[in-house]
Amino acid sequence: MKQSKLVEYSLITLGFLFVILMLVFPLVTVVVSSLAQGWDFYIKAITTPYVLSALGLTLVAALVAVLVSGLFGLCAAYSIGKFDFKGKQFLMTLIDVPFSISPVIAGLAFIMVFGRIGWGYGILDSLNQWLGTNWRVVFALPGVFLATIFVTLPFVFREVIGVMHTRGREEEEAAVLMGASGMTVFWKITFPQIKWGFLYGVLLCAARALGEFGAVAALSKARGSTFTLPLEIDALYMSGSATGVTAAFAASSVLVILSILLLVLRAYVEHRVGHAGD
Amino acid sequence: MLLAVGIVGAMIWGTQQAVSPHAEDAVTTLTNVSYDPTREFYEAYNADFAAYYKARTGKDVVIHQSHGGSGNQARSVVEGFDADVVTLALAQDVNLLQKVHLLDPNWESDLPNYSAPYTSTIVFLVRKGNPLQIKDWKDLIKPGIRLIAPDPKSSGGACWIFLAAYAYGAGPSDDTTKATAFVKQLYANVAVMDAGARGATTTFVENKQGDVLLAWENEAKQILEHYPGEYELITPSVSIVAEPSVAVVAEIAKKRGTYEVARQYLSHLYEPNSQRLIAKYGFRPTDPTIMAEVANEYPTPQRMVTIRDFGGWPAAYERFFEDGALFDTIRDE
Repeated sequence: MKQSKLVEYSLITLGFLFVILMLVFPLVTVVVSSLAQGWDFYIKAITTPYVLSALGLTLVAALVAVLVSGLFGLCAAYSIGKFDFKGKQFLMTLIDVPFSISPVIAGLAFIMVFGRIGWGYGILDSLNQWLGTNWRVVFALPGVFLATIFVTLPFVFREVIGVMHTRGREEEEAAVLMGASGMTVFWKITFPQIKWGFLYGVLLCAARALGEFGAVAALSKARGSTFTLPLEIDALYMSGSATGVTAAFAASSVLVILSILLLVLRAYVEHRVGHAGD
Repeated sequence: MLLAVGIVGAMIWGTQQAVSPHAEDAVTTLTNVSYDPTREFYEAYNADFAAYYKARTGKDVVIHQSHGGSGNQARSVVEGFDADVVTLALAQDVNLLQKVHLLDPNWESDLPNYSAPYTSTIVFLVRKGNPLQIKDWKDLIKPGIRLIAPDPKSSGGACWIFLAAYAYGAGPSDDTTKATAFVKQLYANVAVMDAGARGATTTFVENKQGDVLLAWENEAKQILEHYPGEYELITPSVSIVAEPSVAVVAEIAKKRGTYEVARQYLSHLYEPNSQRLIAKYGFRPTDPTIMAEVANEYPTPQRMVTIRDFGGWPAAYERFFEDGALFDTIRDE
């Protein structure tokens, strides 16, 4: 017993040290560095037109991603959790693809489809001609949204399907036998069961969307219009002056604060969902 | 709540766009796809041009900038980024656009001085006091010297650096064997090879890596200005006239109805006031009168080669930078 205590304490110490060194310390450094040139500079740095535009777009992209991935995740989890069909396992594996593929590949893939040399470009062009518009997918806002949706797609699905698997489908089946309609079953039985899992998935999805860099960087090149906050931070860091670097840290601190807010919400939801430590 | 966040986001983004782009059709927008070290110059020039255009026509024009490694930037335009003008690091990258028929075929003679409104050259940047006594190219191949230089595969500046080094190695007698041996030794000393010139600067200045930064003269001059007393600029005995090329992306601009303003945007670069602004940001003006005004700020290497000495860009690129060409062979061995 004595020895296992020793193991326990050293493992706990190791865990704490690792988290402090790898997570807390660098993040605190970001926040401290962001104030290196004073409070006035900080405020000025995070209210430039570039940063504001990037912040706004980041929030919009996160909302779009949450809506699309949330709706999709709910539908996919419902069909997979409640029905039996061929290729179910295959579909589940496919939905997980964004977890294992590097985001930059997703960005490049969209360029290969919708870019000037892609097969979708001709279709887009004839559509534009017909409508008299000049819509673009990549290197424009739709591309930013597509890229963000791609990387966030599995989150809600993963959380909801997990809850559904543990809950089974007996309650729904009983309700159907008693003559309840599909909508009633969903709103009265399924949704109350999965709602915390769903919310948890939404928060994970939002956090991922806020931080996405690679996929968006591949197909967003115009600073001040299609740049999200992570791209703006990179641009500031590359601005070749000490003030630019501090401004990059200031913008980063905004992203850090947003993430911490999400983390607090997450901890609360985690508590409700009984999802300790996941 | 999430919806509220999204709406707030849209509002923030929207207010910034109203000052700048798309929202109103009355405002013309131009997208200038450029390379790394021109960020600060175009920021200033765009404001100048917008004021000039407003005074002349009464109309507003807003210019969006995009910066990155020159080759990557050109590729983005090929792949669908709607640039009205490109202002890249070398003609080779602009030629990429011509291959997919986005440009007027004679773009290079469209504007004066091979469509290069400003030039630069390749210099060395060393830390204060020049502790390693770097004076010229030959000092860079000493054992243990750590060089920071970008990658010619993605960076235009890096191509000019390579050519300048090659010209030094070849000497006045143009000895290709000696030149190859020299660049091979030089690149063996490169400790960090970033994708773009600006990345190399960040590595050298912010991350404090390396002993010598091989850089555009304009980039080096800007570092001296931003970090007074911390670095020294070394002009080598041999260098190259680096000509960053500009062009209207005719196909795209015509489609967007911006062709005329895009042309004015580029030709205005040759006006005396713009040429002075160019000098302010460390580039060499091509207008001889303006260059004469600032000549003492630009020490001239004993020997300056040009891209014509290498037979022009397509030939030089094929010989040195194409996959499997000289640069790859010296890196592989």
